[in-house]
Amino acid sequence: MELYTLLRQFADSWMLLFLFTFFIGVIVWAFRPGSTKAYKDTANIPFRHDDAPAPSQDQPAATKEARA
Amino acid sequence: MAKGRKMSNYIKLIALGLVTLFAMIGTNYARDLAYQVHAIIVMIVAGGLFLHTLRRTDEPKVAPAGLENEYFDSVIRAGTIATAFWGVVGFLAGTFIAFQLAFPALNFEWAEGLANFGRLRPLHTSAVIFAFGGNALIATSFYVVQRTSAARLWGGNLAWFVFWGYQLFIVLAATGYLLGGTQSKEYAEPEWYVDLWLTIVWVAYLAVFLGTIIKRKEPHIYVANWFYLSFIVTVAMLHLINNMTIPVSIWGSKSVIVWPGVQDAMIQWWYGHNAVGFFLTAGFLGMMYYFIPKQAERPVFSYKLSIIHFWALIFLYIWAGPHHLHYTALPDWASTLGMVMSVILWMPSWGGMINGLMTLSGAWDKLRTDPVIRMMVISLGFYGMSTFEGPMMSIRAVNSLSHYTDWTIGHVHSGALGWNGMITFGALYYLVPALWKRESLYSLRLVSWHFWLATLGIILYAASMWVTGIMEGLMWREVDANGFLVNSFADTVAAKFPMYVVRGLGGVMFLAGSIIMCYNLWMTVRKAPAKEASLTVPVPAE
Repeated sequence: MELYTLLRQFADSWMLLFLFTFFIGVIVWAFRPGSTKAYKDTANIPFRHDDAPAPSQDQPAATKEARA
Repeated sequence: MAKGRKMSNYIKLIALGLVTLFAMIGTNYARDLAYQVHAIIVMIVAGGLFLHTLRRTDEPKVAPAGLENEYFDSVIRAGTIATAFWGVVGFLAGTFIAFQLAFPALNFEWAEGLANFGRLRPLHTSAVIFAFGGNALIATSFYVVQRTSAARLWGGNLAWFVFWGYQLFIVLAATGYLLGGTQSKEYAEPEWYVDLWLTIVWVAYLAVFLGTIIKRKEPHIYVANWFYLSFIVTVAMLHLINNMTIPVSIWGSKSVIVWPGVQDAMIQWWYGHNAVGFFLTAGFLGMMYYFIPKQAERPVFSYKLSIIHFWALIFLYIWAGPHHLHYTALPDWASTLGMVMSVILWMPSWGGMINGLMTLSGAWDKLRTDPVIRMMVISLGFYGMSTFEGPMMSIRAVNSLSHYTDWTIGHVHSGALGWNGMITFGALYYLVPALWKRESLYSLRLVSWHFWLATLGIILYAASMWVTGIMEGLMWREVDANGFLVNSFADTVAAKFPMYVVRGLGGVMFLAGSIIMCYNLWMTVRKAPAKEASLTVPVPAE
């Protein structure tokens, strides 16, 4: 089979199906149970570390406080 | 460690020396003026860096301790200055060429082949898109990725390389256009060696950004970073594929593209439209998803919607390019596909706009008191307007009227001035007090002046271009009872004169607003009181 025809057939069958399912999957994933709670935390990321990076791993207490 | 640094220092010296030597030879053998001037610029830059590195060789280096506990903000401060500077340059160039169209005498005899409309037009587009917009994107992305990852930028001084390397790219591109070094591809005019340089800078940019995300301390990657990352990756892909050229000579700027005929046109507009989609939309949406919540002091309206917004936008935008090629040699099915995808694209665009606007729900009173948030909100308004206008213009029947007319130029400017310009101004007004640790801006009154000058300027611009665009589209297709065309091309040019003057005035207002902004930001750094809590943290005086 000619390369163009092969790629063309692949593009408008399996690849199309893959992209479409992936996209539907993303929507389902965004609305998965418990996502509202998780995203509430994620949406607040910009309000946590305005002035300095989070302290490194050996100071876990401070990290926790910064998240509060 | 010390030995490794010494070694890399020598490698740097050798590389810089070789580049300087090569540029010297290039200056001598150059086949055209643009290449020769570029060889001189490269020679001076590389030679200067060589001397700089040489003078500091074997100097004991004091490794600053505790840097990991601070953000890398000096490069962002430089980025905000560059953004404001290139913004004014780009707006000035745009206003001047607008008046060149109204008054052709401004194409001065003595500046023919240097500063006539054809040479200045790409200078204007690249200055606003790549110099102003690009610097804004790099600076804000470095700011946002650090704050939302709770980590210092990865790669040390690589971020400085990205900043200065990008400025060098801008200077090479701009001087090239004036001297005729262009491959005549819209928004991709720079010639092969400038493209190669941009590729190197862009890979470094990706490394810094991705490196910071990888070492993040937050478990999740905030949505703004998704948008920034898709912008960086996609622009890299577009840039490489659209600039597949073979240089005619290594000593000349001319090159030949490998793509034939209509494939080249298709790839050019696949690039061109995704430059809009990923450079001017995805990147700036990253800005939107950080700075609007910060300025409104509340999290984004719906995080779920932001995820769907992201995936829908990037899945659809990539297909929209063929709508630039209606009624050409491109097969009908391809341009129909582009048209359909463009119309579907309307949905994620408005989803994102609604998400941004609704972030203010419960805080709408801020619109009355805070001119910075007003600026951000009107940017979303213009985003919504131009993402409705765009899909409409991509429909084949509408396109047959609008294409090649000034309606297109009006559409581009309501998007670029309204959406990209206003959201960038808002981000700058947020960033400057934050970066120089100031209590507040120097003057909110001046922000209001900027807001109204810019908004009215855009309205004059867009309205005059709608009128003149639809008018010339109708004049071109007007036929008499016998089927002959009624108007000559020169008739349409004459009829457009008043609208061209109005458009130029709109540009003057927009430019004046941006100069007021520069003054206000300058005075913020000079005069505004320092933030009390941060008085103990030293800030470099710039």
